Amino acid sequence: MSTVTQPHAPPKDTAHHDHVATRGSTSLSTFLSTYVFSKDHKVIGLQFLFSTLVWFLIGGLLALAVRWQVAWPWSDVPVLGKLFAQHGGQMAPEFYTMLFTMHASVMIFLVIIPILAGAFGNFLIPLMIGADDMAFPTLNMLSYWFMWPAFFFFGASFFVEGGAAAGGWTSYPPLSTSTVSAPGSGMGQTLWLLGLTMVGVSSMLGSVNYMTTIILMRAPGMTMFRLPMTIWAMFITAILQAFALPVLTAAGFMQLTDRLIGTGFFSPEGNIINNAMSGAGGGQPILWQHLFWFYSHPAVYIMILPAMGMVSDILTTFARKPLFGYRPMVYSIAGIAGLGFIVWGHHMFISGMNPALGITFMVATMMIALPSAVKTFNWLGTIWGGRIHYTTAMLFAISFVSMFIIGGLSGIFMAATPVDIFIHDTYFIVAHFHYVLFAGTAMGVWAGIYYWFPKMFGRTMNEFWGKVHFFLTFMFLNGTFFTMHILGAVGFPRRLADAYHYETFHHLQPLNAFMTWCAMGMVATQIIFAINFFWSMFRGPIAGRNPWNANTLEWTAPSPPGHGNFDFQPVVYRGPYEFSVPGCEKDHLMQTDPPHPAEAAAAAAAHA
Amino acid sequence: MDHDNRDRNAGSGGSPPGKTPGDSWADGLPKGRRWSGIAWSLLFLLVPVLGTATFVIAPYYDHWLPKDVSVHGKSIDGLFYFILVLTGVVFLATELILFWFMWKYDAAASSKPATYIQGSHTLEVVWTIIPAATMLFLAIYQMNTWADVKMRRPRMAPSVEVVARQFEWRLRYPGRDETLGTEDDLFVVNDLHVPIDEDFLVQLKSMDVLHSFFLPNLRIKQDAVPGMKIPVWFKATETGTYDIVCAEVCGWGHYKMKGRVTVESRADFNRWLARIEAEQKATQRGPEEIPMAAAD
Repeated sequence: MSTVTQPHAPPKDTAHHDHVATRGSTSLSTFLSTYVFSKDHKVIGLQFLFSTLVWFLIGGLLALAVRWQVAWPWSDVPVLGKLFAQHGGQMAPEFYTMLFTMHASVMIFLVIIPILAGAFGNFLIPLMIGADDMAFPTLNMLSYWFMWPAFFFFGASFFVEGGAAAGGWTSYPPLSTSTVSAPGSGMGQTLWLLGLTMVGVSSMLGSVNYMTTIILMRAPGMTMFRLPMTIWAMFITAILQAFALPVLTAAGFMQLTDRLIGTGFFSPEGNIINNAMSGAGGGQPILWQHLFWFYSHPAVYIMILPAMGMVSDILTTFARKPLFGYRPMVYSIAGIAGLGFIVWGHHMFISGMNPALGITFMVATMMIALPSAVKTFNWLGTIWGGRIHYTTAMLFAISFVSMFIIGGLSGIFMAATPVDIFIHDTYFIVAHFHYVLFAGTAMGVWAGIYYWFPKMFGRTMNEFWGKVHFFLTFMFLNGTFFTMHILGAVGFPRRLADAYHYETFHHLQPLNAFMTWCAMGMVATQIIFAINFFWSMFRGPIAGRNPWNANTLEWTAPSPPGHGNFDFQPVVYRGPYEFSVPGCEKDHLMQTDPPHPAEAAAAAAAHA
Repeated sequence: MDHDNRDRNAGSGGSPPGKTPGDSWADGLPKGRRWSGIAWSLLFLLVPVLGTATFVIAPYYDHWLPKDVSVHGKSIDGLFYFILVLTGVVFLATELILFWFMWKYDAAASSKPATYIQGSHTLEVVWTIIPAATMLFLAIYQMNTWADVKMRRPRMAPSVEVVARQFEWRLRYPGRDETLGTEDDLFVVNDLHVPIDEDFLVQLKSMDVLHSFFLPNLRIKQDAVPGMKIPVWFKATETGTYDIVCAEVCGWGHYKMKGRVTVESRADFNRWLARIEAEQKATQRGPEEIPMAAAD
């Protein structure tokens, strides 16, 4: 019933491009070229995966420290308090500002962006389009190794005088440009900017590669509209990245020169910081915000579109049903990406920007809700009438949809400019983007890990512990983040080391304590994931080529695929979602299966 | 490079472990148990149930919008509730549909193949146009409120100048001549007084870094930007003393950049001004001795 159909293509030239020069070298250099300085997209993808998961842990611990201070301000911090012994274990307020700054910076720049594009993009793109590797393997290797300076700069910044950057991940000047304005605005901020630049270089190298590979290296028969949604999402993300990133890089350099040689791009005339005149002036702090958000708003989509693509693929596989509205799904991704370039000002409604301009951005922002709604409805349409299998990957994918609904709808509150006046910079915003980025993207990433783990390591992860991991994460994340909406409704501001001395907020401590307990539970739950991950890597049940009976090309390759990926050059005959075709004796037709008579009948029936 | 030609994969089909033969329709995936499908759908049913419950219960425990004491705050809160109802309905509908599909289309509940359908042009059009119309309505509906709060500035001289600084709010009242920047200006720190039922125009500045002038009870929030003079106006409707919060991170002391705003009758307000004036004269301190970088 479900035997893998061998590709019916003429055998490809088996001498794959010799990416790794192994002949006549020592075993050490073989090891280095195979596992360290590898140009194989799969190894690079896994390198990205492991590095980002380590940073995910660091970012999570930073979040716990933030939560600790919010729940029990000025009480002794366990572990961390000893590590950074400051005031006998008590957290200093400048340390707190550093914590939330670095939590966000690490999670965004060292986890979400590289795990989606770097890990999944690298691993999946050639496999899903039927290519033997990326278009530019050396560039690909460099895109990983350019992350290391970023790891170094971000990591080292914790140990320099004044500590790491503490001006928020948005790094608004003059706080970030004036070295006397805050302890973290010293060396830590410079390192932050350098790290950011390196992440940018890495992303740009990746983007160029992804675009070229997807345009030029698709297997015979793989038309653009036969691409799986994951690839469409990666493709459009790469375009977004390539167009938006130069602006951030330029802005970063401007901030760097403001700090180092006093160019004053972002410093106004006559500023007195800490009782000292600062800088030459002639600049404008809001300019940074425009430049920063011109990148960082599209970056919000860079941080979710690939997860949307992966979730679409996983939903179809475990609902055994074609994706509902394939083309609308593609167009809505393109729509999100296009509109994503003209909505950055909704981060700046109350920044002092011309309020009339705010209206323009508001209308554009309202419109971007459309493609998001279309995607949600199509996901619901996809599981309607399906045969749903509740695997761990499917549960994470469904929870992505469920949580994205919350994150999407809460966005409408802040898109409404008058409401944004009240909820801007409150926990309502924090709730919103954690629903999109954690309950959305991170859940999508876990779905992807459980789903493609067999392809990555040749073994499946333990389903029972996977479901325990899912259940606890799901409960704890809602306990942590849903309650933030309520805090936001009270007006509870972000980024305050202690807000309970305000009359308006003094009664919110018990709720915050509850959220912190949930957050601790959420981080502790990841121990289950880590054990399952590493145990399954070596001891899990061996997976065949296609353990989920899915249709896309990566499942025709061995698990894990060797260098060069496929036994034969795959040839594609249809789209990626031909599940449950009526009249067909098996429930799925892989993209490489030769044309089936039932398809012609189904097509005729559809046109009748 | 031969390390990767693993024989264990060669020709191994997609037959996963635990496949149960004998279904009338087999998709080759292990068939789950019906109770687990029910359990997972119920878990997702918790999302709309507990989500709605949270929003219903929170106001009873005073975990809700702080009391509004401004004129424009009524329309901001009205818009908040309007969006809450709108999104609440969509939230409930979509989450309940998700739950129902999960319950009904569990593979363990049926032995039929999945419905083969590629999509529906009609549905796509419907669920594009309805949200589009709703969002467009919402966009137009709110413009008036926004214009009232941020664009239709009352024609009057500033009632007070607020200069934000790490980590305090420096206030400068125009004094008897009702003109800012003259000798009789009155200086106060962190203690804003506002007459009730009168238009009140703040001229907002910053001396050093970004700050945000947040008055939760007056539904006012505006960033203070060095180098800019930003007008902020409101009309308070209820006497009392409320919080001033800094809402834009401004350094280590951001959390304690706290002020108070007192809404009082015109008579009380005048008495307070007179007291400040007397104190200022008594201490013989002129404005030139208080560093006001932003004074113009």
